[in-house]
Amino acid sequence: MSYFIQQLLNALQLGSIYALIALGYTMVYGVLGLINFAHGDIFMAGAFFGFFTAYLLKLPLIPTLILSMLLASALGIMIERIAYRPLRKAPRMSLIITALGISLFLENFTRATLGGQPRSFPKLLEIQDFTFLGASVTNLQVVIILVSIFLMLVLRYIVQNTMIGKAMRAVSDNKEVLALMGISLDTVIMVTFGLGSALAATAGILVGLAYPVIDPYMGITVGWKAFIAAVLGGIGLINGALVGGFILGFIEIFAAALLPSTYRDGIAFTILIIVLLLKPTGLLGRPVIKKV
Amino acid sequence: MKKLLGILLITALVATGCASGSSAGGSSAAPAEIKIGLSGPMTGDISDIGQSSKNAAEMAVEEVNAAGGLKIGDKKIPVKLVVGDDENKPESAANVFQKLINQDKVLGIIGPPTSKCANAGAPIAESAGTVMVSSWATNVNVTKDKKFVFRACFIDPFQGLVNANFAADTLKAKKAAVLYDVASDYNKGLAEVFRDEFKKKGGEIVAFESYSTGDKDFASQLTKIKAANPEVLFLPNYYNEVALQLQQAKRLGITAKVLGGDAWDSPKIFDLAGKDLLEGTYFSNHYAADADNADLQKFITKYKEKYKLVPDATGALTYDAIRILFQGIEKAGSTDKKAIRDAVAATTDFKGITGTISYKGSGDPVKSAVMIQITEGKYKYAATVNP
Repeated sequence: MSYFIQQLLNALQLGSIYALIALGYTMVYGVLGLINFAHGDIFMAGAFFGFFTAYLLKLPLIPTLILSMLLASALGIMIERIAYRPLRKAPRMSLIITALGISLFLENFTRATLGGQPRSFPKLLEIQDFTFLGASVTNLQVVIILVSIFLMLVLRYIVQNTMIGKAMRAVSDNKEVLALMGISLDTVIMVTFGLGSALAATAGILVGLAYPVIDPYMGITVGWKAFIAAVLGGIGLINGALVGGFILGFIEIFAAALLPSTYRDGIAFTILIIVLLLKPTGLLGRPVIKKV
Repeated sequence: MKKLLGILLITALVATGCASGSSAGGSSAAPAEIKIGLSGPMTGDISDIGQSSKNAAEMAVEEVNAAGGLKIGDKKIPVKLVVGDDENKPESAANVFQKLINQDKVLGIIGPPTSKCANAGAPIAESAGTVMVSSWATNVNVTKDKKFVFRACFIDPFQGLVNANFAADTLKAKKAAVLYDVASDYNKGLAEVFRDEFKKKGGEIVAFESYSTGDKDFASQLTKIKAANPEVLFLPNYYNEVALQLQQAKRLGITAKVLGGDAWDSPKIFDLAGKDLLEGTYFSNHYAADADNADLQKFITKYKEKYKLVPDATGALTYDAIRILFQGIEKAGSTDKKAIRDAVAATTDFKGITGTISYKGSGDPVKSAVMIQITEGKYKYAATVNP
């Protein structure tokens, strides 16, 4: 029993991290219809912002988190301004290729300036162990799980209940009419990228705390998996990111727990392919009706 | 300014043109310099390994050049090191080998240190007939059925065997668990040999778990291992992943004694894992820095002076690898690559800093291994295991 609970907790931790990063993918997609492949690397940048803030300015956890979120937002907005905005009227494919280019640029720029060697992330949180139903839990795991649920709720609130959220939904609905209503498209998109990147930075710092070895390539695998989580839950849907993230975490952990661990990724992704074959718009997604 | 640069450039071109012109007069005429290639991960996830290979190789080259160079016939010819970055990626290693052999026309290649890159480079060196001496690639297949591929280190089965024997005989363990990277030849090789040898000793493998390169979460596998309650946990993985594995194992309450392979050997492991997590762990290695060997101590002192770092095993092995090649070139007495190969293959009782090396019909040396224990953030010699 305690074995099962331990694996459940492992799955919750992993799932929360996927969910947190998936939220950023889903937001940008929801508003712009763009898969922002650079998101995984903004997550990496966020972890490095946290690393330098904590080491150079010697700030504790909360200020480090806030400063890193601000820096990552600035980076996200800058990327949008420089790389995506000039292509807003270009074919979708150009944007996707640009996003991949930005992703490679961020990885290699970080590697070229900071070096490729892994670094140890500062211990900003005193880790405390306690036992829960025979399983070992840390305060960090609880923080990670709560933060991801909390941020999802905040995001939902912003999108559903504020003016800027309304504007975001309007952008995703119809860009042309939006301008007629006197809303600045640029502002809405800027806010979207800012929020998405701040979420990625939060994930970067939480991952840095949970797995304290960071390197310029840390965003690749996690980024792809979070993207898959977003698609699994239904890309563009905030609840979908959370559902997708947790399901992917559970599948990965339990595939390794119940079967030889060599099959971990193989089984996880087979299940995902089956789900997407049955529900191409994701678990929470509604079928898309294309108007002709 | 532009004009001046242009003149300089032309002079340089003419000068190199003359140099290559004089060396083109047949293989018996001595070239102006001997080019030796080095392939290693200068950037990427284990760039420390590449840097220490480069440091040690540069040191060996400087020593030879300080004495005028390598003696070929009656002439001394200086050595030039050409460094290629394989990024610890097999496809990049293949590119580095193509470039070193076809463009730079090197006489021999040192490295790559990692098995997966050595496995990518070795067939290219073999078909081009260029001698390759890997420093640190311990995977069996690297030299298998090849005439031009050598290494300065022992091979995986031996490290797996060393750890299995140490666990069974010295630690008197009956139950062992393994967690390894299934996507990397090195980790897989060690893990499988450990499993087989430990069973032969009458022990039981209670868990044999794997993950893929780049994974950061091993909680699921480690929870399974904890439930199996082993006395020994074998982690034949690279140091950056070992740091996370030790941390997660501790969090989940695993108390087994931890063993590992030579991929642990990097000063970085202390930054990443911390002294406390490493306390009391063991790993097999090519040499112990506190061993009683005058040449080794000389190398360590010199390396420390020059780079302000303690050399790791890759550094020491690269130093041996490049000197084996130097000795081969001098013995061959020519720049004919086939003659160099024959001379390297005939190496007997080469007094390396990591042990005495002889090649007996294959590219794998006959040499011993040591077990090191980490105590209070320092490596301590624990045992020597002979082949």
